Amino acid sequence: MTELHHLTLAQLNEGLRARRFSSVELTRHFLARIERLNPALNALITVTGEQALAAAQRADALLASGEAGALAGLPLVHKDIFCTDGVLTTCGSRMLSNFVAPYDATVVERLSQSGVVMLGKANMDEFAMGSSNETSFYGAVKNPWDLKKVPGGSSGGSAAAVAARLAPVATATDTGGSIRQPAALTGLTGLKPTYGRVSRYGMIAFASSLDQAGTLTYTAKDAALVLREMAGFDPRDSTSVDAPVPDYVAELDQPVRGLKIGLLKEFFEQGLEEQTAKLIREALQVYERLGAKLIEVSLPNLPLSVPTYYVVAPAECSSNLSRFDGVRFGHRCEQPKDLLDLYKRSRGEGFGDEVKRRIMTGTYVLSAGYYDAYYLRAQKVRRLITDDFARAFGEVDVLIGPTSPTPAFDIGAKVDDPITMYLNDIYTIGANLAGLPALSIPCGTVGGLPVGLQIIGPHFAEGKLLNVAHGYQNETLWHRDMPKGYE
Amino acid sequence: MSLTRNDVENIAHLARLAISEEQLPVYVDSLSKIFSFVEQLNAAQVDAVEPMAHPLAGQVQRLRADEALDADNHAKYQRNAPRVEADLYLVPKVIE
Repeated sequence: MTELHHLTLAQLNEGLRARRFSSVELTRHFLARIERLNPALNALITVTGEQALAAAQRADALLASGEAGALAGLPLVHKDIFCTDGVLTTCGSRMLSNFVAPYDATVVERLSQSGVVMLGKANMDEFAMGSSNETSFYGAVKNPWDLKKVPGGSSGGSAAAVAARLAPVATATDTGGSIRQPAALTGLTGLKPTYGRVSRYGMIAFASSLDQAGTLTYTAKDAALVLREMAGFDPRDSTSVDAPVPDYVAELDQPVRGLKIGLLKEFFEQGLEEQTAKLIREALQVYERLGAKLIEVSLPNLPLSVPTYYVVAPAECSSNLSRFDGVRFGHRCEQPKDLLDLYKRSRGEGFGDEVKRRIMTGTYVLSAGYYDAYYLRAQKVRRLITDDFARAFGEVDVLIGPTSPTPAFDIGAKVDDPITMYLNDIYTIGANLAGLPALSIPCGTVGGLPVGLQIIGPHFAEGKLLNVAHGYQNETLWHRDMPKGYE
Repeated sequence: MSLTRNDVENIAHLARLAISEEQLPVYVDSLSKIFSFVEQLNAAQVDAVEPMAHPLAGQVQRLRADEALDADNHAKYQRNAPRVEADLYLVPKVIE
């Protein structure tokens, strides 16, 4: 029996337009699932039930009158990093646990205009800093595939919600892998667009030269549908690129024959779990059968991407998080003695350990006497890595490899040593440093846990990436798997 | 690279973060680990390399005319303020 939550976004879209079901029915269905299943997962921080039903009613009216937007009536959750007008926006932090956003992020506004029904705000690692969704002030998120395991991070709530079929799509953000890694750990399609493709206005900033908004969906086709609505120039974001948005859906069915796939030598070296490596190689064989050509490439500076990131991202975050000072919004300590005490205790109390750790790392690398040795040097290595990618794309169309070195790990397993946690991002970080689009799609399971295949492309090649992912999803069924208990 | 307790106290002060006595050694330890880890960057050959601040090659900061475009929404924005009076944000006395 096909339930509403078994359908992809594209199928739900078609069903709504064919009037097989209404948006109100759909919304009620997912809200009921959220009520029943979210407590065990802790995927959502806020559920906007009444608003959702009102939006669903409006969508049904527009669908009936033929004036509906492209995504009219489709339910979704927003990562709690996006400002949503009149709705609590916490960024997973105590610092913003009382913050009701006074405006909509561009991503929220555009998707709302295309008719989506927001079901709620998804849990996340605090201020997007983490790879396991264990740093949230609102508690850890559980992986629906195994409740003792992490769903990945920082978009762990978004991933758990979609994987558990609480919503067919979630927005998310990716600064060092925070869309792709949770997608890999929960069996979803996670897309990080090119830096500058999607507006960051209203998206609470972590690292301004790395952050990018994207989606978590069941399929590449679903991602294409949503990206088409989210992407595009926004004058309110000074890093927004003024380039036309192609019809990503129309590009999906290009044949894969003749595609040149680069295999990154450095990705297949130590650290990659054996069974995961086997699944990646099997996925590459699917592409060979489809007529793609596999070419080995080397990005010799890529192994420096994790240390580069852990200088650049904390530096940028220390700057971005200086706005949280207890003065105009956010947490304020009780009875501040003086201004310094106000700042120190509001921030000391409002921020969790990982956030404080990264702010301090950033403060240090930007401080007098250390700026050249750390920050400037890291920015130079960033250029070396970016140039390596550019050279590789001179020989191949896309790069394919693993997303995560292992499947989902146990909650609590990596919290004691920051470096162990940071190394989860070893395959994803490069694309953020170079601003490249990248996605992860499911390609199998190890011990019942999903494994992700990562596809990286040159700037503004989202259409090509989605096409390449779609080709694989036409030949395989991994993206149709559902975690036990959530079918 | 090992940081001292004094280093961490100074950094915390610069970052305006209150760190308790119990937490201080934990941060000294984890920050030292992080800086040892990033030391790998010293091996890179960066002599003739330009630093890269962001991935948008060739993009320059867009400018616009200095004209007010937004409406005055301060009442709405100040709803989130811890303490407001006469449209001003209240903080402890700054000037002695």
